[in-house]
Amino acid sequence: MESSDCMVVVSPSDGYALEYGGQNEAIFKRRTERIVREIAERYAPAEVRIQDRGALEATLRARVETAFERASREDGQGGSER
Amino acid sequence: MNEAIIGKPAEKRRPCRSMLYMPGNNPGMMQHVPAFGADSVLLDLEDAVSEREKDAARRLVSHFIREVDFGDSIVTVRVNGADTPWFERDLEEVIPSAPAAVRVPKCHSPEDVRHADDLIGRIERERGMALGRIKIHAMLETAHGIERAFEIARASDRLEALTLGGQDLTADMGVQKTRDGVELFYARGRVVMAAKAAGLMAFDTVWTDIEDMEGLKNEARLAVQMGFTGKAAIHPTQIDAIHEAYRPDAGELRRAFRIVDAAERAQREGKGVISVDGRMVDGPIVARAFSLMELGRLYGIGQEADL
Repeated sequence: MESSDCMVVVSPSDGYALEYGGQNEAIFKRRTERIVREIAERYAPAEVRIQDRGALEATLRARVETAFERASREDGQGGSER
Repeated sequence: MNEAIIGKPAEKRRPCRSMLYMPGNNPGMMQHVPAFGADSVLLDLEDAVSEREKDAARRLVSHFIREVDFGDSIVTVRVNGADTPWFERDLEEVIPSAPAAVRVPKCHSPEDVRHADDLIGRIERERGMALGRIKIHAMLETAHGIERAFEIARASDRLEALTLGGQDLTADMGVQKTRDGVELFYARGRVVMAAKAAGLMAFDTVWTDIEDMEGLKNEARLAVQMGFTGKAAIHPTQIDAIHEAYRPDAGELRRAFRIVDAAERAQREGKGVISVDGRMVDGPIVARAFSLMELGRLYGIGQEADL
């Protein structure tokens, strides 16, 4: 993964959960929780894991959406990675 | 002074000398666009993005256009070709974010442009967007496309530019792209002439060897000489060389200031004929003087005293 990007893994789960890590974890934790929750509400419950290497908000949104889209296309079978 | 003589500048658009390609799936590069100083940026969903990442790239590009500041660079997107499974989806995701234009690769015929036009129009209507605001740049990169350049140029009101794709074209011709580019001479002339005849901009192909700055400078000069309004750049380091090639000649610019001055004076005095330095000047020359002056401003030359 390149810098200014983030890796998002979405796995089907009984309830929503977020695991967020990366170099700016402390600074962006609340921002990330807000954005990911907002996107996750549009999809089936899932566990989201994010490794952040300094992604802008636009990048984070795009990557989280893509991971959810991929996971829902795969019909909840296994995780989807970006 | 009548309109015909003052020759309202046909190209009222901002000069677009450089179009910088940026890989559409690379946020780190895209977020630095304002620092690169290109007149326009070309967010690429086609060759720069692997098949597995097409979905991720189009989502990233549409978020970037909506939410990230590209500075003074005009934002355009190169979508995948109409003959690929990604074309429609690319447009569906990217058009709502309202880039200035979409570059459609591999245009072989006017139908290709009309097809893109129809799809874009449909999306604009569905989304309640202004109709026709997003332009098309048709990329000609096959022998067939080059031979139908003028028909393609007139295929849609949405068309704003023709662009030459030298890599694919030379492959289609079965020749090598060489340093002096003799093999592309006809195609360049054809693309420029068709674009001019239809009132469009014309963009030259990329110089792919980023180490060879001399080669780039020569090719950029050739593009300017042949009438291209801009040239694509494959790397940010190429932008300055392209802009330098477009720097107006001081003597020509001085004359342009005098022509514009004379045209404005003639207009005030209600004269229909202008003469500058003892020579008659007509509409197209006045129009060219206006666009040269506009170009000069990009180099910090706003008046004759700046020269």
